[in-house]
Amino acid sequence: MSEQAQAAAPPSGLGASFDFIPERRRRSGRLLVAAASLGLAGAIVFQFLHATGRIPYGFSNWQPLIYVYIAWGVALGAGQVLMRGEDGHRALFVLPAVLFTLALVVFPTLFGFYIAMSDWNLSSLTGQKFNGLDNFWQALADPFYRNALANMVLYVLAVLVEYVVAFALALLLNAQIRARKFFRVVFLLPLMLSPVAVSWMVGKSLMENRYGPIASFARWLGWDNPAFFTSPWIAKLSIMAMDAWTFIPFMMIMLLAGLQAMPRDVVEAAKVDGATPWQGFWQVTFPLMLPVSVTAIVLRIIFKLKLADIIITVTLGGPGGATDSVSSFIYREYRDRSNVGYGTMLAMIYLVLIVVFVTLLLKLAKRFVRSVT
Amino acid sequence: MSAIEEREVIGAQSRTAFVAGRVFIYAALFLWAFVCLFPLYWTVTTSFKTAPNVMQGHIVPWLQFSPDWRGWRSLGLSPDTIFQTSTVREEFLKRFFNSVIASVGASALAIVIGSLAAYGLTRFRYRFFWFRNEDISFFFLSQLILPPVVLALPFLVLYKEFGLLDTRIGLILLYTLMVLPIVIWIMRDQFNSIPVELEEAALVDGLSVWGAFFRIVLPIALPGMVAAFILALVLCWNEYFFAALLTSTDAKTLPVMLASQTGSQGINWWAMAALATAAITPLAVIGIVLERYLIKGMTAGAVK
Repeated sequence: MSEQAQAAAPPSGLGASFDFIPERRRRSGRLLVAAASLGLAGAIVFQFLHATGRIPYGFSNWQPLIYVYIAWGVALGAGQVLMRGEDGHRALFVLPAVLFTLALVVFPTLFGFYIAMSDWNLSSLTGQKFNGLDNFWQALADPFYRNALANMVLYVLAVLVEYVVAFALALLLNAQIRARKFFRVVFLLPLMLSPVAVSWMVGKSLMENRYGPIASFARWLGWDNPAFFTSPWIAKLSIMAMDAWTFIPFMMIMLLAGLQAMPRDVVEAAKVDGATPWQGFWQVTFPLMLPVSVTAIVLRIIFKLKLADIIITVTLGGPGGATDSVSSFIYREYRDRSNVGYGTMLAMIYLVLIVVFVTLLLKLAKRFVRSVT
Repeated sequence: MSAIEEREVIGAQSRTAFVAGRVFIYAALFLWAFVCLFPLYWTVTTSFKTAPNVMQGHIVPWLQFSPDWRGWRSLGLSPDTIFQTSTVREEFLKRFFNSVIASVGASALAIVIGSLAAYGLTRFRYRFFWFRNEDISFFFLSQLILPPVVLALPFLVLYKEFGLLDTRIGLILLYTLMVLPIVIWIMRDQFNSIPVELEEAALVDGLSVWGAFFRIVLPIALPGMVAAFILALVLCWNEYFFAALLTSTDAKTLPVMLASQTGSQGINWWAMAALATAAITPLAVIGIVLERYLIKGMTAGAVK
């Protein structure tokens, strides 16, 4: 293929289309989109005026606006086809997902920033009061919030321990063993279970102080009065252990896939060259596994940053906030005090911190792997 | 002579090392299998225990305690109560079907719009204003980072205004949003592995872009879609945070019911165990039967 032809071809995928679209069809498409947008904007303004009490008629709640939005989306899609023909057909593939995500993420997040700057207690009668950055300053001075953030650092660091265990398990499953499928299914099972069920099964019954089997086992080992959720550090470790129990299979499966995709001759060559298994692991297997490892760790950290269910159901952040994650702290802030404004501000600060942290993490990871996202 | 002896010694040494290695590997495997299975075993057996058995920490059925239907009776699911009317069972079934509808509905919706988007992003070049393919992909995948807690309170307020609070539709929308990035990730990987030539041939034969997608690509991509669906199903079924905040009486799901039991009536071991067993059984079955697809979904894009 000549260089010119290569340059003319699209970078990837199917060739571009060149269908002729009459001006009338194009105009009717533009008209359709314009009319639909006008309708959507009109409906929003209309309902807003009604909701603020300026006009007497309107819908009892905002729900009809959802249908108006869907109708607008359909009109937009039809307009694309009318205006751009084949290219419009192609745009239809991504349009539903884009419109869905825009409506459910971008709008609520922007709305969240607005809520965050108000004094808004759902249980009080005064309703919403704009108070600027007051919540922000209050959050900076909140020792419990700082404590929750510090806990998150510890929880994220625990991922490294999980990684070691997961790697060991992946190596075990990759060894020459019988009944590999059985062990793989069994090792995968904890990931299937709902964190709430796990918190009851493990946290509230197996680790129960008096009759729980783990407590009995600890007593047999010589721990006089085992209590897993009363002293701060042991409580933290217990939460970490339970979370690890459910999520280790996730990393294990990814690492196992990496091990199985490893070129066999390289490993064999190391063995032939007289490397001990220990040397072989550190000098051949581990470096080759680095990209998969980084992907697994980054994904696991992203999931870890959302940690909430287990903490809410087992300790509710106790004792004294020792096990609080940011999510569980905000959850309590809402459940106990219905404080929507302050809670949202805490969440927004967390979002900014996470975005900065994950961006740095991905930058760092890119040195090891080419495509993490 | 001495050389042969030496070789035998080395052979014996490596054989003992080999046997020791085997023993170590299997010991570790069984230890971890025990760690994985014991909580499950404990939960299932506890649902057949009575109070004294729990207090004395009995573990082995028939030897240490005689199984009793008590836990299942309190759910209205034991053999002697299953044909009688039971409010607890009705409550349980309602929660169960809420969970089924929310998770299946959300996974299905996410698969539909996620697959379409993933296909478009792998095959065509887009430009919406200044957004190109990479930006659109990043826009979708970056949603994975968004913690639920950021959206939770705005959604609480918005859902109230939109009349979606405590409805299954509301849950389905949120869960779709939650699993959409994962579905797009898996499906993008899947479509990338299908050669473009297939569709080019179809286009030459006169099929439209959509015709080629439905008649040629979709059948090939089906295993990937199943994998994405199963993974989405697991995540939605287990979701607790949004359900706890946004549902109260009508749309409450199984995890919320499970969590609310622990607080209210002290710890009612056998009933809780029965409820937990019922909540985890569907997924445990899926995990065992469809393990292949789950692994396919989880490793999508991880190994090049």
